[in-house]
Amino acid sequence: MSRGNLITLSAVVLLLILFPVLVANVEAISHYLDVMVFVGIFSLITMGLSLLMGYAGQISLGHAAFFGLGAYTSGILCVKVAVSPWLAMVGGTLVTAVVAYGVGVPSLKLKGHYLAMATLGFGVIVNIVFNEEVELTGGPSGLSNIPGLKLFGLPLRGELLFYILVWSMVLLVLIFCLNVIHSRVGRALRSIHDSEVAADAMGVETARYKVMIFVLSAVLASLAGSLYAHYVGFLSPSSFNLLFSIRLVMMVVVGGMHSLWGALLGTWLLTFLGNEWLHVFKDFDILVYGAILLFVVMALPEGLVSVVPRLSHMWRRGRESEGGTGGT
Amino acid sequence: MREMEPRQHQPSELLHVDSLEKSFGGIRALQGLTFGVPAGAIKAVIGPNGAGKTTLFNLVTGILLPTGGIISLNGETISGRRPQEIARLGVSRTFQNVLLFGRMTVLENVMVGRHTRSQASVLSAGLRLPWMRREELRTRARAMEHLEFVGLADRFQERAGNLPLGEQKLLEVARALATEPKILLLDEPAGGLNTRETERLAELIRRIRGQEITVVLVEHDMNLVMDVSDDIVVISFGQKIAEGKPREIKRHPAVIEAYLGEEGDYANGAGQRV
Repeated sequence: MSRGNLITLSAVVLLLILFPVLVANVEAISHYLDVMVFVGIFSLITMGLSLLMGYAGQISLGHAAFFGLGAYTSGILCVKVAVSPWLAMVGGTLVTAVVAYGVGVPSLKLKGHYLAMATLGFGVIVNIVFNEEVELTGGPSGLSNIPGLKLFGLPLRGELLFYILVWSMVLLVLIFCLNVIHSRVGRALRSIHDSEVAADAMGVETARYKVMIFVLSAVLASLAGSLYAHYVGFLSPSSFNLLFSIRLVMMVVVGGMHSLWGALLGTWLLTFLGNEWLHVFKDFDILVYGAILLFVVMALPEGLVSVVPRLSHMWRRGRESEGGTGGT
Repeated sequence: MREMEPRQHQPSELLHVDSLEKSFGGIRALQGLTFGVPAGAIKAVIGPNGAGKTTLFNLVTGILLPTGGIISLNGETISGRRPQEIARLGVSRTFQNVLLFGRMTVLENVMVGRHTRSQASVLSAGLRLPWMRREELRTRARAMEHLEFVGLADRFQERAGNLPLGEQKLLEVARALATEPKILLLDEPAGGLNTRETERLAELIRRIRGQEITVVLVEHDMNLVMDVSDDIVVISFGQKIAEGKPREIKRHPAVIEAYLGEEGDYANGAGQRV
């Protein structure tokens, strides 16, 4: 791992450790721990999306469906078949991997808007299934009484334990993904994004890599879905609709597509905005989202995370000119 | 006398193109093109714009599928295979309009060239298994060697997209060499280069041949072509009109008419870049 990543990682870990302490001592934000659990769950999805969109250059507007597949498989297996939650989680990832492979092979032959449309269509279909398969999913009235998770016989009750579990997973996945990016596989993905023809000519199995990263991102979304199911205990189809797919993409874009850190930043910001800070706008919050997206796309096309190197560049330049070495 | 049967494959020929056809709708880009490239040779393919030279490269590397005919490498048919397989078999190339991975560093570009020479999968990469880390170090070291070979070692951390055109062309060569090809296809490597850069390119092409890599060169710069190539094949409107040594090609009436202009402008140097 590069030095920059290591420093950022240490800072993030430190913040994550300090956060519960802060929350426990400030009454006004005591419920923020709950929001942070959701940030963690969504981060699992957006990190996968960042690999898919920012690194491999493929768009998906259907990731809410994979999130839902994980959640519903977990929920159904636990509620209707009484399988243990951890086993159900594995079941969810398997189901999602198979579905993602089936969807990915034909649709990743498409490019740009067409791929977006294909994944969007898939997401809509899955959402209809969640709504209509009332026997299985409970339909629009939802699936309830999903049991919580237990670790070594200890039930993970309360926000703090779940916070620790979710964020440990996020950190593990983050390290895994950072490793992938700085490897032969990551270079292959980025080469596809920059020039598929050249990647082909260098012997990169472009089609295989695109499908693989699509499946990997779907599996991460499914994992997030299972955690969501066990944390919330209740599933309703509206949590997994097109709007949520779009919001996931927006998290990645606002934070910075070409960086996993950007995905985390975007997820954090948009989750807090959506769950907390935009409530004052009531139904008009969609306008604020639009404004944020517009601002980022126009002013910071590389996402919010690109502000950091820009600021440090300006700071360094400023120091140089103070020292009298500024020439340009 | 015209040969009635397809030419027999010569054992010393590394690449052989036999009656190659390619049509795009009604346009016949290549018609019955047959020629061979001996192992260890530098062979130039020349012809006016639109003659089908880049199409030929796209067919050999599998980016396009031929409408007819056979391409073989070392006697093994490669036409109809996917680009990745052909790359694995030892065919590499550069592109006329430079297709680098612009947002990656110079070194990373060359490391992508080592893709088929390394194994790491998502799992071994994500978990940073010890053998994968060793492989990564080897890949990096080999990539640096290729950068040194083309003279770009000191630019290894630069973003590839930020390099000037001349260096981008060299980087493409380094990336192609990193695949350890048997045969290297260079598509107008001198395009956009100045005289000094072109001289260095000629020297580089000879050094590549010195590594026992066969070179096929598509090029408009006649000085370079005449200087480095052992053999030249001339195509015009998708058909071969001449083949032979540089000095034979210079005097070939069909070539002078079709390519260099009826007046024989080339002799005056005016035909340098057609």
